[in-house]
Amino acid sequence: MTLFITLAAAIAAAVIWLLKPEFARKNRIGFLALMYFGAAIMWTVDGFAALAEGEPFVELSDAAVVKDDALLGLCVVVLGILIWGIYRTVKNKFATQRNA
Amino acid sequence: MACFIVPAAEAIVTTALRHHVNKVEAPAAAAACETPGEEKITWKRKLTWLNNMLWGGAALLMLEHIWHGEVIFAPPFLTAMRSAADTQAMLHEMATVGIGMAVLVTVVWGAMILVADRVPGLRRRLVAEGSGK
Repeated sequence: MTLFITLAAAIAAAVIWLLKPEFARKNRIGFLALMYFGAAIMWTVDGFAALAEGEPFVELSDAAVVKDDALLGLCVVVLGILIWGIYRTVKNKFATQRNA
Repeated sequence: MACFIVPAAEAIVTTALRHHVNKVEAPAAAAACETPGEEKITWKRKLTWLNNMLWGGAALLMLEHIWHGEVIFAPPFLTAMRSAADTQAMLHEMATVGIGMAVLVTVVWGAMILVADRVPGLRRRLVAEGSGK
């Protein structure tokens, strides 16, 4: 579930980057999308490793685990937004100082 | 258990490489930008994509490891290091899953470069973004 939620966030950020170029450039949406895609790729590898050990790619049969993973996924998205917010603020501040 | 450390280690290397590449590339990149049609996406920019995926992915995976109690904020920081057997398992996971993660992210990055260099509209947009236009 964490993988699916992170992948959904990555795709959403990528769609914004594609459809709103000026907004994406000013707000560094590319960084946000790449961060989520990087995590999604890593969790995909984790899923294949679980398959190799005879476990499911993503645990969907245990409701408690699904709920826990979904909550983790939401926290991952929130953390990603926090990191992006700090990155965007710092980068834009440096860009403003450079242009001044 | 601590598989995110391998992509983070790769990110340290690529970050250092990016600084070096930037120094080497800067004069040629500036000249290319002044000639329409000659604009190229710099390797500094391309390495930034890889860095963002590696660092971002490692940071988000670290949250997952904290969530599952595999990373703590006191020594030894990795709970797997409390016993020799768990440490062995952790090292094995880093060597298999960790390296697999780093490799797949790098392969995807390679594909991104191929697409970005070959699709003219995308290349122009990425060059413009990189130059702050």
